[in-house]
Amino acid sequence: MNWTAIYAIYRMEMLRFGRTILQSFVSPVLSTSLYFVVFGTAIGSRIDQVEGVSYGAFIVPGLIMLSIMTQGISNASFAIYFPKFIGTVYEILSAPISFLEITIGYVGAAATKSLFIGAVILATAHLFVDIEIAHPLAMVAFMGLTCLSFALFGFIIGIWAQNFEQLQLIPLLVVTPLVFLGGAFYSVSMLPPAWQTVTLFNPVVYLISGFRWSFFGLADVPVGLSLLAIAGFTLLCLGIIWWIFRTGYRLRD
Amino acid sequence: MASILEIDGLKKRYDSGHEALSGVDLKIEEGEILALLGPNGAGKTTLISIICGLVNPSSGQVRVGGHDIGRDYRKARALIGLVPQEIALEPFETVWNVVRFSRGLFGKPRDDAHIESVLRSLSLWDKRSAQVRELSGGMKRRVLIAKALAHEPRILFLDEPTAGVDVELRRGMWEVVEGLRARGVTIILTTHYIEEAEEIADRIAVINRGQILLVEEKARLMARMGQKELRIELQHKVDALPARFADQGLELIDDGQAILFHYDTRGDRTGIASLLSELAGEGIVLRDISTRQSSLEEIFVGLVSEDAA
Ligand SMILES: Nc1ncnc2c1ncn2[C@@H]1O[C@H](COP(=O)(O)OP(=O)(O)O)[C@@H](O)[C@H]1O
Ligand SMILES: [Mg+2]
Repeated sequence: MNWTAIYAIYRMEMLRFGRTILQSFVSPVLSTSLYFVVFGTAIGSRIDQVEGVSYGAFIVPGLIMLSIMTQGISNASFAIYFPKFIGTVYEILSAPISFLEITIGYVGAAATKSLFIGAVILATAHLFVDIEIAHPLAMVAFMGLTCLSFALFGFIIGIWAQNFEQLQLIPLLVVTPLVFLGGAFYSVSMLPPAWQTVTLFNPVVYLISGFRWSFFGLADVPVGLSLLAIAGFTLLCLGIIWWIFRTGYRLRD
Repeated sequence: MASILEIDGLKKRYDSGHEALSGVDLKIEEGEILALLGPNGAGKTTLISIICGLVNPSSGQVRVGGHDIGRDYRKARALIGLVPQEIALEPFETVWNVVRFSRGLFGKPRDDAHIESVLRSLSLWDKRSAQVRELSGGMKRRVLIAKALAHEPRILFLDEPTAGVDVELRRGMWEVVEGLRARGVTIILTTHYIEEAEEIADRIAVINRGQILLVEEKARLMARMGQKELRIELQHKVDALPARFADQGLELIDDGQAILFHYDTRGDRTGIASLLSELAGEGIVLRDISTRQSSLEEIFVGLVSEDAA
């Protein structure tokens, strides 16, 4: 493993993050506060509790998930799309490093940013509602794995995308709907039975459910299944990235 | 001395179906400066891109310092620095950071002193804290060179380094190249300017339509260029030259209507004056005389058009 090279990529990405730190910090704080005002206050006044948890607290895990998933994708996809776009990718491809090292550098940085944003949202939420975390270790593990797997997914999108529209397409058309319909703001059990069945085909449900379980001990699906889902997704992304670098897909002519 | 770069039967067919390289063989010795000379679209960038790992070859072999670029890519690439044809730089980062990044990317431990000396040698030291986007085009090109040198490569590729570069910067660039050569770095540069190849290279390889047409010591190529040809048109046709001219390199052409005389422009005396007076002494009347030089350009154009035929 060429850790010097991995660190070089990681550091460069974190420098970019540092340049936009204010934006990286302000926007999640602002959007979280808005969600609390809209969902927590407006809707929360009608839905008092969900399975014994106040609605305001109930949506916190979903909110964090929503942000780290979309941020993970957009950070990682941009991180590799941008060098392709401006041409600096030549240097990455000519360096004596393997696909794994390139991936660890970029995805590691993107996942770090998502973790940071997740933590900021959690802290912001804490200002609005009381949250007790039932299984802190599991919470950190779920959050870490989600940051990682969605950064991997974003990395794939960034390599695949050939223009800015394509870069936005999948996050917009696939991920955001799946997250909203994945029980971020409600419990699956609140849906009519037919929709509950449909929902089980949404992979995001498993992630949010597992994450919420780590907060409140409540889950829509068994925790083991959640863990399996996220591990499977991570492996799938790794497999695709391995194939991309082996074949040079969209990177090497 | 072992060849630092060996290319055998290298072919590249792009997905579009275009064959950019059709069987390139080339050996480059350590410490030399090779100019890869060829018109636009000849395949220069493709060749360099394959060696550096940016483009996958269709077939053939490349070894850098004895390491295969496929199987042993880590060892092979560690030896190489690449200055690409197009300027491609992270715009919002500082000069210092982008150059330092390159060194790390190639797995070399941090060495601020080395980076400082590279930046100084390229007159970029004053700009180390400037963001790349604030720099002029010429400075950006120098940053690209600094990046390529940050990890102390044994071989440096310069792909059309003087495209869009002013005279002063060009001179500065050649100074850097000379300095590198003095330290034993092998340099391969592509160009479609003959003067540039002439100015700097030890050997010149001419490439056209994906094939190397000629690889020759520049000195020998220049010797060919130094040859001049004097053409003497005669007033009256002669059947044969008088015997006394037999060993002077004269050639009777056009059915005895003209004489060709080859001479070396770099000699102390060309022998033209004495030849002319001797001819007059033999009663041969001249109608007209003209000279021409076979330039590298001409050699090059000849090769390229032969190849196209
Ligand atoms: N990515 C590509 N896909 C298809 N054809 C290409 C690609 N890159 C270069 N070519 C073609 O290959 C030939 C050689 O190009 P190149 O190596 O860039 O030449 P040079 O650097 O000598 O100008 C040209 O005809 C060019 O159009
Ligand atoms: Mg070129």
